[in-house]
Amino acid sequence: MKIKVNGKEQILDKDSISVKELLNVSKVEKPDMVSVQLNGEFVKKEDYSNTSVKESDEVDFLYFMGGGNN
Amino acid sequence: MKIKKEVIDKIIEHSKKDAPIEACGYLASYEGIIIRHYPLLNIDRSREHFSFDPKEQFGVLKDIRVEGLEITAVYHSHPVSPARLSQEDIRLAYDSSISYVIVSLAGQKSEVKSFRIKDLKVEAENIEVV
Repeated sequence: MKIKVNGKEQILDKDSISVKELLNVSKVEKPDMVSVQLNGEFVKKEDYSNTSVKESDEVDFLYFMGGGNN
Repeated sequence: MKIKKEVIDKIIEHSKKDAPIEACGYLASYEGIIIRHYPLLNIDRSREHFSFDPKEQFGVLKDIRVEGLEITAVYHSHPVSPARLSQEDIRLAYDSSISYVIVSLAGQKSEVKSFRIKDLKVEAENIEVV
């Protein structure tokens, strides 16, 4: 299937993949610290395993960004 | 890291405008040179912390993509402390693929420094103003 991950086209040798697997395949180092959108909608962290990404879907993920003086 | 002079000026300006609250945002590149800054809201509204709003992050990501640019750094200000990473900055730097830029307003002259962080290890990065 052909999908878009962070704006870039990717071809995967399967008909669907879970968000959790996709983060793993995409070598996301800290999957617990990213926010994910599937076709523009946020996916809750607890749903990463049971949310499927299918043909033509668009997935974006961004790391939490924060810091402080301590 | 290569960055346009006007972007340095703008992130200092943003930092001064938001002081004493910490300012923050993304920096985006075209062909390896940072050409634009994207100010984001510090949802902590704090003098000592910052966090991006995930919803705003995705909105900005889409704007950056439409313009054919790429996120290559995140910046935030230290209104009253030096341009070095705090332990919290290091601990919360989850994305090793980008640069972490600090704007310090602590001295008489504003200072901008950049760092790369991977597995809690920090490396200072040369800033080439172009």
